[in-house]
Amino acid sequence: MVRKPAARQSTSNVSKDELLKYYRDMLLIRRFEEKAGQLYGMGLIGGFCHLYIGQEAVVVGLEAAAKEGDKRITSYRDHGHMLACGMEARGVMAELTGRIGGYSKGKGGSMHMFSREKHFYGGHGIVAAQVPLGAGLAFADKYLGNDNVTFVYFGDGASNQGQVYETYNMAELWELPVVFVIENNQYAMGTSMKRSTKSTTLFGRGEAFGIKGEQVDGMDVLAVKAAGEKAVAHCRAGKGPYILEVMTYRYRGHSMSDPAKYRTREEVQKMRDERDAIEHVRELLLTGKHASEEDLKAIDKEIKDIVNDSAEFAKESPEPPLEELWTDIYAGEVPQGGAEQNA
Amino acid sequence: MATEILMPALSPTMEEGTLAKWLVKEGDSVKSGDILAEIETDKATMEFEAVDEGILGKILVAEGSQGVKVNTPIAVLVEEGESVDAAPAPKAEAPAEAPPAEARAEAPAAPAQAAAPAPAPVADLSPDWPEGTPMKTMTVREALREAMEEEMNRDETVFLMGEEVGEYQGAYKISQGLLDKFGPRRVVDTPISEIGFAGIGTGAAMAGLRPIVEFMTFNFAMQAIDHIINSAAKTLYMSGGQMGCPIVFRGPNGAAARVAAQHSQDYAAWYAQIPGLKVVMPYSAADAKGLLKQAIRDPNPVIFLENEILYGRSFEVPDLEDFTIPFGKAKIVRPGRDVTLVSFGIGMVHALEAAEKLASEGIEAEVIDLRTLRPIDYATLIESVKRTNRCVTVEEGFPVASIGNHLSAHIMENAFDYLDAPVINCTGKDVPMPYAANLEKHALITSDEVVAAVKKVTYR
Repeated sequence: MVRKPAARQSTSNVSKDELLKYYRDMLLIRRFEEKAGQLYGMGLIGGFCHLYIGQEAVVVGLEAAAKEGDKRITSYRDHGHMLACGMEARGVMAELTGRIGGYSKGKGGSMHMFSREKHFYGGHGIVAAQVPLGAGLAFADKYLGNDNVTFVYFGDGASNQGQVYETYNMAELWELPVVFVIENNQYAMGTSMKRSTKSTTLFGRGEAFGIKGEQVDGMDVLAVKAAGEKAVAHCRAGKGPYILEVMTYRYRGHSMSDPAKYRTREEVQKMRDERDAIEHVRELLLTGKHASEEDLKAIDKEIKDIVNDSAEFAKESPEPPLEELWTDIYAGEVPQGGAEQNA
Repeated sequence: MATEILMPALSPTMEEGTLAKWLVKEGDSVKSGDILAEIETDKATMEFEAVDEGILGKILVAEGSQGVKVNTPIAVLVEEGESVDAAPAPKAEAPAEAPPAEARAEAPAAPAQAAAPAPAPVADLSPDWPEGTPMKTMTVREALREAMEEEMNRDETVFLMGEEVGEYQGAYKISQGLLDKFGPRRVVDTPISEIGFAGIGTGAAMAGLRPIVEFMTFNFAMQAIDHIINSAAKTLYMSGGQMGCPIVFRGPNGAAARVAAQHSQDYAAWYAQIPGLKVVMPYSAADAKGLLKQAIRDPNPVIFLENEILYGRSFEVPDLEDFTIPFGKAKIVRPGRDVTLVSFGIGMVHALEAAEKLASEGIEAEVIDLRTLRPIDYATLIESVKRTNRCVTVEEGFPVASIGNHLSAHIMENAFDYLDAPVINCTGKDVPMPYAANLEKHALITSDEVVAAVKKVTYR
């Protein structure tokens, strides 16, 4: 379970504009994911679809600590990361429906999307594969001598894969500018953390390699941002990697077809009622008199319009033309396929 | 405005389900995230959450209903003060299977299904370097080292990483001297962490560098094969062409001598199967050099399969400042009229030896070195088979699903009428590599077996 923090992060230094931005960005992810769940229910999205609902504060808080040029890479629960780094809702939703207007022209789907422009390196379907890949992105930045940092997101489940520790070892050995973000949502699909390890913390495993880290309240966007800034400063100063174990919670099942029988409805409801990250910022906005109920309603409407527009786009955008089957297999070459090779 | 709530699909395969239980009743206010109902799918009982806010105006499908088709309206959500009658007549949303009409109408046939067959490719038999080029004698080992050195001089983004490539000067001395010349930034010693450094190399390539990842042997690359295939080979496609991966994975492949099963395997057929990879397996020093330089310049992931036994062999190499050999261009190493022997890598040793023995018996074998296995130069092979009417394939790998099997199928489909005998595949034996010297010798392909196969297809 999430350790209940003594208190939420202090709000004294936070401006109204910042709070409004976090509110808007988190709400966009939640409404987008709810819509994706709905489109899945209608059969417009196929295959696996892993929703980010409940974890919004993690990516929004960390994006607030990033600068232009920083890179990010994550697993298959990736829609939130893409929206948070500024990728268009339309392109993400159209990829979910497998249409030409999607970020990967419909060829990647929910788990495999990328944006060079936004320095988003996927969307990876193999649990923990993104961890060494992300360290490789950081390796490139260090090699090229710039001060960019890479955010590598993975879950408590991925933390039990061996390649994570090979990567920790090399990242510290070579002082790579990478922030390892463990999104600890307590469940690796249906296996709770206490059923998969006797470690009480996951960030603590970095100590074996000399990597500093800490646990962060992932339901508090301000706490995440503050921890992110500390981690990023460590990396940019050339001190090597840093681990953030962000304690969060996913409200929905592992994927759309997960009945989530491994936890009680009460447990989920309690998190929603008491710890919801969006409600938290909403309260701060209202009690701090930064916004009125009407202001927030207007934002809700604005977000709803963006999400509905993305859903419309994702339905109208055509399926990829059949020639797309044969493109993007090799860079710098005309399309080729096995059948042509055999001709 | 009233909104219909539709029966959801809650698994990739669900077409209909049972509405087991309503958890809200008519008149209840619901907000997004509230659980509306329990629905039994083909696999499990799932909770169904509200997406929109409103008041549950009317339940259209009672709890306990079975066989409710996906996308059937099951309830109507209204806004405060709105009556249910304002709800539109039930109409299901277009099902997912129906893409927009214009997409289907205008979708052209895939190239593979085009009515007119593509013209048969023509073999490129041009020489690899201009006639009269001065030559020098060099081992495969020196050729590989020179290729890396030249490419690292040429392009600052090229770097070498792997176990013992730096201070130890290479487990097989391929990287000898490179650390002294380029320093530890560009010649990176790694810990023994194959999946880790294969993944880091792949990530660095995605970010624009051109890594050469050395595996001490390709046997150890099995630890890293997920990154080679799932991360390096597939990302360009999965990203719709955005995210390429210019990387070379290289190292010795196949049997060395007396190192037994775990260290003696030929992976040519494994990697040749993967779209998105290029696969190179040189035999001579000139090919090793020209193809490795080409591999480093290629914008795609390249598997470069070397051979420990060949490292120390000497060949003539063109004495040129810069030369490369294109992928997909086989080489007729020995012309002949009676039978086509097609091979690659260490298999060429056996093919050439066999050709020499056969020549003493009056059989002239044409020996083709494929050099690259993805892409494969089918044209040179087919044209040769059309001249000789017989073919024997030679490789060190296992017999099942071998490169030879694939070539046989291709020849059958494209030159069936020219064949005077079935194609025979000479391969390693279908056993793990034994340690005992006598058994090992029998497990490997030999030139005598190639000679016997040729006699069979020539009916001698």
